Amino acid sequence: MKYSYYPGCSLERQAGAYHQSALAVAAPLGIELVELEDWNCCGAIEYIAVELLPAYALISRNLALAAQQNGKGGNQLVAPCSACYLNLSKADKYMDDSPELAAKVNTALAAGGLNYTPGSIRTRHLLDVIVNDIGFDKVKEHVSSALTGLRVAPYYGCVAVRPGFHDHFDDHEYPTSMDKLMQVMGAQVVDFPLKAHCCGGHMTQISQSVALELIRRLLKNAHDYAADVIVTICPMCQLNLDAYQESVNRHFGTDYQIPILYFTQLMGLAFGLAPEELGIGKEFIDARPALAKVGQVGEAAAGRTKRDKKALPMPRMAGEV
Amino acid sequence: MTKQHSQPEADEKVGVYVCHCGSNIAKTIAVQDVAEWAAGQPHVTVARDYKFMCSSLGQELVEQDIKDQGLTRVVVAACSPHMHEKTFQGACERSGLNRFMFEMANIRELDSWTTNDREAATQKAKSMVSGAVERVVHHKPLEMLPVHINPKTLIVGGGIAGITAALDIANAGHHVYLVEREPSIGGHMAQVDKTFPTLDCSACILTPRMVQVGQHPNITLLSYSEVEQVDGYVGSFTVRVRKKARYINEELCTGCGDCVEKCPSRVVDQVFEAGLGYRKSVYKPFPQAVPKYPVIDPDSCTFFQRGKCKACELVCPTGAIDFAQKDELLTLEVGSIILSTGYDLFDARRIPQYGYGRLANVFTSLEFERMVNAAGPTEGQIVLRDGVTQPKKVGIIHCVGSRDKNHNEYCSRVCCMYSLKFAHLVRERIPDAEIYNFYIDIRASGKRYEEFYHRVLEEGTHFVRGRVAEVTDAARMPGEEGSLIIQVEDTLIGKQRRIPVDMVLLSAGVEARSDSQEFAQKFGLGCDFSGFFIERHPKLDPVLTMSDGIFVSGACQGPMAIPETVAQAGSAASQVISLISQGTLMMEPIRARINPDQCSGCRICNNLCPYNAITFLDDQKISQVITAMCQGCGACVSACPSAAITGAHFTADQVMSQIEGLLWDMRETIPLEAV
Repeated sequence: MKYSYYPGCSLERQAGAYHQSALAVAAPLGIELVELEDWNCCGAIEYIAVELLPAYALISRNLALAAQQNGKGGNQLVAPCSACYLNLSKADKYMDDSPELAAKVNTALAAGGLNYTPGSIRTRHLLDVIVNDIGFDKVKEHVSSALTGLRVAPYYGCVAVRPGFHDHFDDHEYPTSMDKLMQVMGAQVVDFPLKAHCCGGHMTQISQSVALELIRRLLKNAHDYAADVIVTICPMCQLNLDAYQESVNRHFGTDYQIPILYFTQLMGLAFGLAPEELGIGKEFIDARPALAKVGQVGEAAAGRTKRDKKALPMPRMAGEV
Repeated sequence: MTKQHSQPEADEKVGVYVCHCGSNIAKTIAVQDVAEWAAGQPHVTVARDYKFMCSSLGQELVEQDIKDQGLTRVVVAACSPHMHEKTFQGACERSGLNRFMFEMANIRELDSWTTNDREAATQKAKSMVSGAVERVVHHKPLEMLPVHINPKTLIVGGGIAGITAALDIANAGHHVYLVEREPSIGGHMAQVDKTFPTLDCSACILTPRMVQVGQHPNITLLSYSEVEQVDGYVGSFTVRVRKKARYINEELCTGCGDCVEKCPSRVVDQVFEAGLGYRKSVYKPFPQAVPKYPVIDPDSCTFFQRGKCKACELVCPTGAIDFAQKDELLTLEVGSIILSTGYDLFDARRIPQYGYGRLANVFTSLEFERMVNAAGPTEGQIVLRDGVTQPKKVGIIHCVGSRDKNHNEYCSRVCCMYSLKFAHLVRERIPDAEIYNFYIDIRASGKRYEEFYHRVLEEGTHFVRGRVAEVTDAARMPGEEGSLIIQVEDTLIGKQRRIPVDMVLLSAGVEARSDSQEFAQKFGLGCDFSGFFIERHPKLDPVLTMSDGIFVSGACQGPMAIPETVAQAGSAASQVISLISQGTLMMEPIRARINPDQCSGCRICNNLCPYNAITFLDDQKISQVITAMCQGCGACVSACPSAAITGAHFTADQVMSQIEGLLWDMRETIPLEAV
């Protein structure tokens, strides 16, 4: 399947591992990602916080380009970064709701010889594409070295699943699509109650103590559940949890050493690709000790304890017999 | 289309009466103006306006004019015909005019209530009067159709609603078939421990009624059965019921329970015990089940699954086990039907942030009902999922799935009260427990409900006003470890709070049965957006439906507690008894008729008829309407490509003339030939 691909600024810089691994797993899955020509920054959160109209014009330029280059990638624009995904779909939705805004934005776009009809491009998150367009069954066919024994905490962050302007691809409060995807990879997925809580975002630059507390909660929760690795779908989340982990340790006197990887990196490993092809090694908290656990069945299998006779049965969940 | 209407008799005399309806119509429409204008229209002999046409004096006005002026047709411009068509038809009849020589123009709901523009409203009223006059002169006298009422009644659903209705009708001396899907009657009420606000034991007040149903000579109880198909009309329904195989011969079974005791296969009981307890593969849902016969569940039975065991057969003293039993199809003939199919509990898994199914010590309200029930899986002990630990802190979350745009916008009406009951029951059994209620509003509007709320307040239960954001086991602060933390905005103090508790109870709301849509279709009923059956009128006809002879009662019509359910069931029963007492019902003769000379036998109408009222005569190769089953909807009339079907009282003449009348003020601009 063919999609327009909008990597966004972070994937060109600090999240290069995401870019590299996304392309590496897309190919075998038959996802053809055609990079948008001449794309520009989505404005992250700074532009929207300052003035809305220039922000929407900046974002919409990418949508207009995608529409113009339609033939190359279909009418779907894939963004691996949650912030880009949010901004692109938000601008589209707001313009769709307000013809007035759409007219103003189009006046701005006209200066560059561009035009955009709201609703004509469907913005998708990469996770949504892999889970819903390709599907677990198809993905499973490519798993050659399952991540058996690796305990992963799936971390979605607060942006990708809410508010969900176009596609409600997962539950807003308690998403599970990546949980299932990681299970398909053979990993042991731990319950991660903070999976859709905030990583602090840009608070690291504005009020570091607030950000560090938010990051601490996530690390503590993953640690409490004995996760070997936290797996993310967003460059911002990866950066905060990875780059500020030592700061958290200094600030709170803790000693967390939890590597933070992109879901595409773990998928690549399960597909049998070499770590170097997936940008593994670029992270601050070294992932190698954790990844060395792959294949060690012992602990995970031993997790099965016999139920106490007196205990009441647990509720039956969907898919259980 | 060329104008080919038959011309009405030249000497038709029409009386037109324009109602003020107090100020409901007169405020927006110049009624006097309309009457004066109508007096000058063709066929009109007399036109008047009057303050309340539906009053005795208004009706007498019509009757007098028919006698004095020799009126042959009557038009009343007033409210909806749903309200008063029958009133004025009666007035016509009393003066010797056939009741169908009457037409009503609805200038209230369709005109005065829709606008404040007096001029436009008056103009529209004139159009509607004109349409009615043009139509009424084409009316033909028709005779009402008598329908015999079969005195037998079908009740679907054996909860407290069905039980109450069945006993009321049976005690009046009429036969009832009570069909229940589960192995026993009793419904949700049988699962509950105590009922609010009186706290009397649910089983103690319910089981005597269940026993009465089981023993009543006028009640045929068809448990473990489902309705498959319904045909017919009020007074004469034919119903096909599937009696599922119990694998127990009811003639031989004494209900001793030896088979249950010896059965080696034990599974979680998802229905009666709400997943909190176990049952055997051959089981009675609960000890007081009616009927007393157990059921074998083939999905878990060792013999059905693996081909050997038959322990039950071995121990049965009467040889009642019958593995070869098959489903039975029964055909019932009844005159009336009451639907009392109840509700489903909102599935708390749909709000994953509350952790049900993931966090062991989160329970649903129904699980808790079973837990506090002395006959339940813990024999009434309030314990955590481990089966032994008593909780010290309990959080009760209201409005789970109710008053929530993401799920159901409506209030489920029973949850506030049962949540208060839970708080009281926890206090009663664990006196030093800290109990929190997280609520949006406390809705305690019922007899002695508010008093009960105050009682629970005085018992020291905490009330936190705010919708809970999440329930988590992710400890953040000291003192939270090992607890379930309820994160909530306390809207009364305007602060976020994190309250650690041991046990969380989710007060799940009431939903329509998941299969209510397809079920409604079987009976020709409508469902609202939430899936509840639509009553004929929410205030005045709450148990009638749009299908004559089919009634609804209880929570299948909307969320309601036991007192309202019982009241509704009694009301539905009295509707049925009244129908039976009438013996014969006079039905409007508004039916379709197929002209055999014009019918081409294309059969388009056959599948179109929603009431299966059209048959195809193979020998003559034409279709024919079964008058008794036709409801006069007109679908076939408009679909017939050879215009062979006529709807009585809705003939082409009548409808086309009405349209022309409606367009009276355009007549000069559009040449008639172009119409």
